[in-house]
Amino acid sequence: MELYNQLKSDVRFIEGLKSCMNCGVCTAICPAAEFFDYDPRVLMSVIQSKDNTQIEELLKSDTIWNCGQCMSCKTRCPRGNCPGLIISVLRKLSQEMGYFTESKKGRQQYAIVKAIGKTMLEHGYCVYPEIVVPAAHPEQGPVWEWVFNNKEAVYDRLGANLAMEGAGTLRKIATKNLAEIKAIFDQTGGTELFETIENFSRKKAKGMGMMKEDGKMDNYTEGLMNG
Amino acid sequence: MNNKKNTADWGKYQKEIADDNYYYARSCIRQNFFPGSERTFLKILTQELGKTIYDDQNHTSCTGIGYHTDIVPFETSQTVVARQFSLVGDAGLENMAVSCVTSFGLYNEIVETWKEFPETEAKARENLKKATGREFQIPKNIAHTSDIIYKFREEIWNKRKYSLTNSLTGKPLKIVDHIGCHYAKVFPEKGVGGAEFPKVLSGMVKSWGGEIVDYPERRHCCGFGFRQYLVKANRGYSLSNTKKKLESMAPFQPDAIVANCPGCAMFMDKWQYVLSQMEGKTYGEAKLGIPVLTYEEMAGLVLGYNPWDMGLQMHQVDCEPLLKKMGYDYDPQAKYIGVDGKQIGLKTPVVML
Repeated sequence: MELYNQLKSDVRFIEGLKSCMNCGVCTAICPAAEFFDYDPRVLMSVIQSKDNTQIEELLKSDTIWNCGQCMSCKTRCPRGNCPGLIISVLRKLSQEMGYFTESKKGRQQYAIVKAIGKTMLEHGYCVYPEIVVPAAHPEQGPVWEWVFNNKEAVYDRLGANLAMEGAGTLRKIATKNLAEIKAIFDQTGGTELFETIENFSRKKAKGMGMMKEDGKMDNYTEGLMNG
Repeated sequence: MNNKKNTADWGKYQKEIADDNYYYARSCIRQNFFPGSERTFLKILTQELGKTIYDDQNHTSCTGIGYHTDIVPFETSQTVVARQFSLVGDAGLENMAVSCVTSFGLYNEIVETWKEFPETEAKARENLKKATGREFQIPKNIAHTSDIIYKFREEIWNKRKYSLTNSLTGKPLKIVDHIGCHYAKVFPEKGVGGAEFPKVLSGMVKSWGGEIVDYPERRHCCGFGFRQYLVKANRGYSLSNTKKKLESMAPFQPDAIVANCPGCAMFMDKWQYVLSQMEGKTYGEAKLGIPVLTYEEMAGLVLGYNPWDMGLQMHQVDCEPLLKKMGYDYDPQAKYIGVDGKQIGLKTPVVML
């Protein structure tokens, strides 16, 4: 199927691109356009061209990974389009086709699966104190380092229920609940997407000579995180 | 001037917020960085306002961070959210109180998608049934937790111990309000005041004696950007966004920032530290940084709660100068003391610089 038609099969594409007149208001309000070489107006124009070659180029580029998903474009578009939503559809297709490994920023998806995907399935939430390691998060500063090094006492002081059974902040999520979430991921393509990202990433790491004989690709992952 | 038309237009920016009987949906980020805010919210609702709110141990992430970093398919997020709706039903409730702004945005996106494309709702029902055996009803009311505090702001004011004023000058504290992007930028009708005139936080500030700072970059994103913060190599984006806001608000010399999104509150706090380290620039009138509060903490201060019960010691920018401005009665020696009465850790952390 032509790439444009594949994009169109996602309801978010229908919702996010009604009829763009290329006025550029989205670019004017876009924070990513301020700080990156990124222009959602041009992106919408490329998509509306329906040109397979241009869309493929886009899916293989850093461009689609620059959006910060703030959705400010949605508020301002005089036609009710939402380039930020179109980005989600482009990223989905880029991952399904394996095109994401062709760009430096696209390859970062592997590191995100390893961090957020894993935490979500193991702890039931996307973030958990133990993954915000101060060495990897110097921006969190000395107060967070104090919290991190004294997790039990600090969270206890604040009434949390860290890693314990029952209700409350940062509690341990019961096995039956984690099993339900995993079953949903299996049923709805969540697990498959993790595997797709992993498989294409392993292939890329191998191609880049960044996979060790034992199959480990720590240098590849570290390179993604640190740029 | 046609006043009648203006009044009618304003009506579009109002929203219905349930009065009682809530299901509490916790936040991935708020739990980690502002655990005291979650506790404070529950305390205000149950002890001050006499409301019923259910804290469900079966609740999980909505997948929002995974969804916006594109590692979680939309169909998966819809089904996880459908499971949460099922949990609301299990609790015999119809109203959700959502702590996270990204979750709030995602619930709205999903419910609106289901209205627009009924086949997606049917698919979510089928997926949920197959995966978990569950069924669900869409909750009658989905409010962000800041909506609920906004709704009861006058009741909170009536129980006040403090107002948002400088106790020495008697003047209102100058507060910057920062609304998380996903609160109303996608669905303006879902937020109090919409995306153009959001008053969910400014309404609280005004009711509690403070003054709102209207500065050029007031509606600019904090810069979380999901993958832009989570991947270390991209973090400059996140920092640059917050710096732009801080530079824009600095001439107005705000006393504090208040945010309804847990991520925004965390970033605007932590990036001030980074800017002080990287550029030697410290914001705030006294060059001590601008304290960043969650709205739960701001409400708790009005009610006179112990700041260390609310977790103000977890902020990188020191909140004590703000407490002193307010003439707050608190114990600075108790800041790093644990429940056992002992100092937590070998040494106290360095705040701000």
